[in-house]
Amino acid sequence: MALESIALEHLPASHTVHTALFRNVKNASFLHQQLLAGNKDFEYALIDASVIMSRLHALAAAYRAVNDSLESRLRSRNVHSEIVFSLSPNNNIAESFRRFGITPQTTNLLAIKVSTPSSPATATEIQSHLSKEVDGEQVEFSDEVLQTMTDLARVKKIYKLNSTGGGNNGGKKGVNGTSGLGASGLEDERKELEILVLGSMALRGATN
Amino acid sequence: METETIPAIETAPIERPPLPPVFQYPSAVPPSLITQGAEALLYRSTYLLPTLPCALKYRPPKPYRHPTLDLRLTKHRILSEARVLAKCRREGVPVPAVYALDETAGWLMIEWIEGEVVRIRLNEWLQQRKDEGIAEGVDDDRLVRLMERVGRAVGRMHAVGVVHGDLTTSNMMLRPGRHAGPDGDSAVGDVLAGDIVLIDFGLASQSTQDEDRAVDLYVLERAFGSTHPRAESLFKVVLGAYGKSFKGADVVLKRLEDVRMRGRKRSMLG
Ligand SMILES: Nc1ncnc2c1ncn2[C@@H]1O[C@H](COP(=O)(O)OP(=O)(O)OP(=O)(O)O)[C@@H](O)[C@H]1O
Ligand SMILES: [Mg+2]
Repeated sequence: MALESIALEHLPASHTVHTALFRNVKNASFLHQQLLAGNKDFEYALIDASVIMSRLHALAAAYRAVNDSLESRLRSRNVHSEIVFSLSPNNNIAESFRRFGITPQTTNLLAIKVSTPSSPATATEIQSHLSKEVDGEQVEFSDEVLQTMTDLARVKKIYKLNSTGGGNNGGKKGVNGTSGLGASGLEDERKELEILVLGSMALRGATN
Repeated sequence: METETIPAIETAPIERPPLPPVFQYPSAVPPSLITQGAEALLYRSTYLLPTLPCALKYRPPKPYRHPTLDLRLTKHRILSEARVLAKCRREGVPVPAVYALDETAGWLMIEWIEGEVVRIRLNEWLQQRKDEGIAEGVDDDRLVRLMERVGRAVGRMHAVGVVHGDLTTSNMMLRPGRHAGPDGDSAVGDVLAGDIVLIDFGLASQSTQDEDRAVDLYVLERAFGSTHPRAESLFKVVLGAYGKSFKGADVVLKRLEDVRMRGRKRSMLG
């Protein structure tokens, strides 16, 4: 399994987003330490994949971070730390690192790297660096695999989505007469949760 | 005028505004302009991936407004629309999802809703019936059921503490596909089938005042009246469903009578 390089819609072609997902990571403590030490070889967003719901969830954070970087309004150190911060529903940067960033206990790891004109790493270079440094099993960056890693209860707690009716498909008969619980009920509920998460991220700091 | 030829009116070129800055970077699916309102431009495009369609609402700077004031107003409207949409979505009101926004740059990216606005669907339906020579009021339970869905959607919105501010049949859409009637009868070619989705929250606010809610209903009633010949009896169906949709709805319906009265007086005074 190799990393996936994605040209997000409405970003310059020079800003490619590279994603690599690992499970059974054994050296999270070492990787975490590299970030704390500011090791220049580790310019990645290293995300604990147990709080990531889906590809869109992660890509939305990457899009926002790159966009904010292009607009010169990063709130954190660089575009990679900003990806982690962009997952946050609020403006607390330190808290966002604790919640979404790699910790010494992390076993499911999502690494995101943005290549930029000033730092034009190629997919091959990034892949070989990650293969060398991450002691874990690289798996496909897909919704199916991510779902096996997600701690949904924790996601709901972080985004404060517990007390709600769950949007359109919360199980109660909706205003349009569609009842939420059918064969696809769980899948619908997940989709709806993803949508609410994207909304919280987009509104970071703008809610009150 | 340099030539004698009079250009045909229908070929007069439409002014195409330049793409908003956020869209000047490449995308697999090119953005297309859907509507150009007084305040906002609405584009269809894609968010993150070519497979995820979105609507982009862009509020360009107004050259006739003081720049500082203009920026402040634009920011306010983008943020307020986004907040209200997110709140509605969280609380089970059928509205587009919020994807991304940049209040300083003046844009809001939301879920693309397939289908058509209710105004257009109603007109299509009326035309079909006319072509088929069916009299008004005959065999129109599909229409009645649509009205009930409208009433419930508006009721749900009011119940969660949101008033729309511009509730017209152009600001609600009918999204096909997911809705099947109680007997699973979402027939092919049924232009009135589908889920109601409320859109355009640019003038919305958070309020639980009966007066604000009643004004919403009054605005909607007027909008229906101008599109449908049998509007009055149909709107009773909307109000019937609304009345059952949340506690306190009946007080709003009472208030609506006052609002109508004031409206009538105002129009008599001219
Ligand atoms: N999410 C959406 N998906 C698909 N089409 C949409 C969506 N939002 C709006 N539209 C279409 O674009 C039209 C204009 O959108 P909208 O009503 O939000 O803007 P507006 O009336 O120009 O804005 P405002 O009144 O806030 O200045 C709608 O009537 C509808 O046809
Ligand atoms: Mg509108």
